[in-house]
Amino acid sequence: MSGLIKSSLARKFVMALSGLFLVIFLVLHVTINLASVISPDFFNEASHFMGYNPIVQFLMQPILIAGVIVHFVMGFVLEIQNKKARGIAYVKYKGSANAPWVSRNMIYSGLVILAFLGLHFYDFWVHEMTYKYVEALPQDPTRYYHETVEKFAPFWRTALYVVSFVLLALHLWHGFASSFQTMGVNNKYSKGITIFTKLFSVVVPLAFAFIAIYHYLNPITH
Amino acid sequence: MGKLDSKVPSGPLADKWTKHKNEIDLVNPANKRNIDIIVVGTGLAGGSAAATLAELGYNVKTFCYQDSPRRAHSIAAQGGINAAKNYQGDGDSVYRLFYDTIKGGDYRSREANVYRLAEVSTNIIDQCVAQGVPFAREYGGLLDNRSFGGVLVSRTFYAKGQTGQQLLLGAYAAMNRQIQRGKIKSYTRHEMLDLVLVDGKARGIIARDLVTGEIERHSAHAVVIASGGYGNLFFLSTYCMGANVMAAWRTHRRGAYFANPCFTQIHPTCIPVSGDHQSKLTLMSESLRNDGRIWVPKRLEDAQAIREGRLKPTQLSEEERDYYLERRYPAFGNLVPRDVASRAAKERCDAGYGVNKTGEAVYLDFTSAIMRYGREKALTSGMKDPDEKTIRELGEKVVENKYGNLFQMYEKIVDENPYKTPMKIYPAVHYTMGGLWVDYNLQTTIPGCYAAGEANFSDHGANRLGASALMQGLADGYFVLPYTIGDYLSDDIRTGAIPTDSPEFEKTEKEVRERIEKLMSGRGIHSVDYYHKKLGKIMWNKCGMSRNEKELKEAITEIAELRKDFWENVKVPGSPDSKNQELEKAGRVADFLELGELFALDALKRNESCGGHFREEYQTEEGEALRDDKNFKYVAAWEYVGKPKDSKLHKEDLVYENIEVKTRSYK
Amino acid sequence: MKLYLKIWRQKDANSKGAMVDYTLNGVESDMSFLEMLDVLNEELISKGEEPVEFDHDCREGICGTCSLMINGRPHGPDSMITVCQLHMRSFNDGDEIVIEPWRATAFPVIKDLITDRSAFDRIQQAGGYISVNTSGRPVDANAIPIEKDKADESFNAATCIGCGACVAACKNASAMLFTSAKVSQFALLPQGRVEAAERVQNMVRQMDLEGFGNCTNTGACEVECPKGISLENIARMNREYLSATLKG
Repeated sequence: MSGLIKSSLARKFVMALSGLFLVIFLVLHVTINLASVISPDFFNEASHFMGYNPIVQFLMQPILIAGVIVHFVMGFVLEIQNKKARGIAYVKYKGSANAPWVSRNMIYSGLVILAFLGLHFYDFWVHEMTYKYVEALPQDPTRYYHETVEKFAPFWRTALYVVSFVLLALHLWHGFASSFQTMGVNNKYSKGITIFTKLFSVVVPLAFAFIAIYHYLNPITH
Repeated sequence: MGKLDSKVPSGPLADKWTKHKNEIDLVNPANKRNIDIIVVGTGLAGGSAAATLAELGYNVKTFCYQDSPRRAHSIAAQGGINAAKNYQGDGDSVYRLFYDTIKGGDYRSREANVYRLAEVSTNIIDQCVAQGVPFAREYGGLLDNRSFGGVLVSRTFYAKGQTGQQLLLGAYAAMNRQIQRGKIKSYTRHEMLDLVLVDGKARGIIARDLVTGEIERHSAHAVVIASGGYGNLFFLSTYCMGANVMAAWRTHRRGAYFANPCFTQIHPTCIPVSGDHQSKLTLMSESLRNDGRIWVPKRLEDAQAIREGRLKPTQLSEEERDYYLERRYPAFGNLVPRDVASRAAKERCDAGYGVNKTGEAVYLDFTSAIMRYGREKALTSGMKDPDEKTIRELGEKVVENKYGNLFQMYEKIVDENPYKTPMKIYPAVHYTMGGLWVDYNLQTTIPGCYAAGEANFSDHGANRLGASALMQGLADGYFVLPYTIGDYLSDDIRTGAIPTDSPEFEKTEKEVRERIEKLMSGRGIHSVDYYHKKLGKIMWNKCGMSRNEKELKEAITEIAELRKDFWENVKVPGSPDSKNQELEKAGRVADFLELGELFALDALKRNESCGGHFREEYQTEEGEALRDDKNFKYVAAWEYVGKPKDSKLHKEDLVYENIEVKTRSYK
Repeated sequence: MKLYLKIWRQKDANSKGAMVDYTLNGVESDMSFLEMLDVLNEELISKGEEPVEFDHDCREGICGTCSLMINGRPHGPDSMITVCQLHMRSFNDGDEIVIEPWRATAFPVIKDLITDRSAFDRIQQAGGYISVNTSGRPVDANAIPIEKDKADESFNAATCIGCGACVAACKNASAMLFTSAKVSQFALLPQGRVEAAERVQNMVRQMDLEGFGNCTNTGACEVECPKGISLENIARMNREYLSATLKG
């Protein structure tokens, strides 16, 4: 087992597994968010549950954060190794001739997503933590919808979110199916996985973007 | 002639090898650890020998000029490997393979060696399958066979058009296993420049590290030369660019006899020469002759029109075509042996029927096969009255399945689609049957110096049958040499390591250094390739597919003059103390310039036609080879005495106790 | 035709290299790419300059020796061929052609366009074989029937020529396609199953030690491989490795 931790393949498994884990999280996330468009009440309910359920808060949330950190740190470690493996760069290198742009630029789409996560954490997670633990304000199961929609009032934030979702789409376009290949799945189902990946990587970020734009266009008027 | 003892064991033919193995001395496993063996060349013969010797316990050092043992030119063999397995139940047997090989070689090979080859052929297939060589299989999961020229059974095992590659990678894998165990030390990008003799025995080599230019001494208790053939003598050939005779020739100069140098195989189906810039020729596998029909136009004016581009081959009707092999050799048709097919092509082209710009090409046409397969396919898929076009399409698919990679290769090189228009082919130098003379134990006339694979002369006589080279290389390496070498080494168990600081090593290294210095100090007028191309032209024109006394004599003089010119005027840029490809080439061409002369001499002295050696003076009224068994049923083994043309001839008479020597006929 | 060549020249492993410009006239479209370089070298030699050194041997696309990065692509612009099979008809009069060696830390440059690919040999030595004695007497070949599909798949993996184009093409200089081809060849055959777990672990360990990059599934290797070795082999190796490691 110790070999597993050190080997390049093991690191790839970690990338793939953490990536797939984050994909599952995205599904959950987008589902709850969509509720904010359809039913503000359900959105509040779900958000409140997620915010105060101890299992979510003290087990799933740390796992999620760990997953994010592992995925990013491993991504950087691998990128550095990969750069080293080339050594001297080509004077002329025509990467576009043999591999799609998205697959060659995962580090950049990843970096944008990381930067976005910084903003996103600041917007929501830091706010939540401050509300619950720093200021220790009382529980209010109806505040979420209202807080969320207000976040999308400024154009710049909505625009940044939308741009990030585009990069997320690109990241998923390659990453999702790629994790199956890394896990050793390349068989008669692979075609299906690829088609699903393409659908998924368009639909999910599109939904996120739609929600952001929807709230920007439909501010809460008091 | 005392020196030319073939050491063929007595007794019935079928028992000789078993009896011999039982009687020879062995080295016990503990003692093998104290014995070093050098193997020069890591193709099928060298690679398999090295792996087996190391596995038996000897310490092996391998040398190859390539950057990896896996790149030896055995890798380019396409068609297959023969074995008398009789899996097809078509009446094959060890005896039949033996007989076909002797007959194919035009009765100029040693009976006992060939029988042993046929005998161990079956082991090779077992061995390779156990090693994971992915041979072609039938749907039932068993091994598939195909047919090759000069035989009437299907005994050729294959892996698509890449049989040599798969077998070599098998030997390379076996080597890797021993490298990992520390039993083989592999020296890549190293070239053997000379053989070191101590007390008349081969005790080591001088090699050059091709990367650093360093000259190194390596000692051993025995040296195996498995450095391949010398077809690059002709400059243009199907050999790889680096193939050379240096190891074998240096060994010859140190006392090993060189046998039958003029026995060269000119392969009938190669892509024709397109221009002066050409650096090598590409083979189209013999397997294509299973389905392709060879022809030229019947009328001279049609041939001329085709050459001038006024007429297309597809415009000629069946009646206007001359399927000359089918016409001349109805029994074997397009599957006559290589020497016969090559000569017939040359005969037609010389008569003015050639079909490309240079007039040196004939057609290899798949239309009949495509239509035949197409009709068959249409029938089996239940089509009723399919039209021409559908049949053609179906047929093309079948042909693509069988030869797709070869057709693709042809199209890449020639830029013509061989499904639509017939391939153009012409004979090219492909293999050399001649090589270092060896006895039944594969030992040269130098004690402790062995030769295996194409580097020796042993099994193919005057013409090699298709799919027999791979068989011989692996037979020598896996199953013969590792045992016979023990007989010699059993005397060396108390010798201890051979020191490399002896006067003999000192002297040989000095000679090597002087030679390099001399190569580098030419006046610098012409490049190495200039000389190589000139030599190639002489060889092809005067010592090629047909030879005569006058031209052979001219060749001897011209080559000697060219050699003199070379040593005075060759230009080798750069320094000897670093990677220097021109210096590498120069050393190889220098040796070709000596061998070429001996080659012509050997051809001149053999006043008969046999196999690939065709003397215009000795032919039947129908233009077939006329053998002279009374005077030339011998192996010509040449001893080096100074100048190649003064070489001394030793004859090993060939005795056929088990088969009747007949005129070879494929009619 | 007339060509403008930009070629990497480097004296030896320890020297610094640079791109050097050459103009070459009289190139014919029937020439192979390497024959074009032969012509350049003859010109250089006649001018008293050192010729450009490049690796090549069989010149028929099977030995895997030739290894040039041409205009940013391994083995040049055509697909499913090696440099020696590339012909000048793929280029036009007046073209600029940039020629570089394979670039990978594990393939250091020896001279000019020649690199040291012995890392590949060491990966094979780590386990690219079936441990059967060559001097032994194994069972009859047909005693081991193998499904045709499996045998064909194994053969397809085994056609790798070890040229290194996969490493050269990969943005990460990863050797996964090469290593997985050998792992797959044996993993698919019953003879190879016995040592399969040990083999994949040893070969991957050696691959990592040599300093190749990681696979990010861009698929560039498969596109540039002159023998069309499939990415399925990489997935198979991943699978083999995972199960081997979990088992033991």
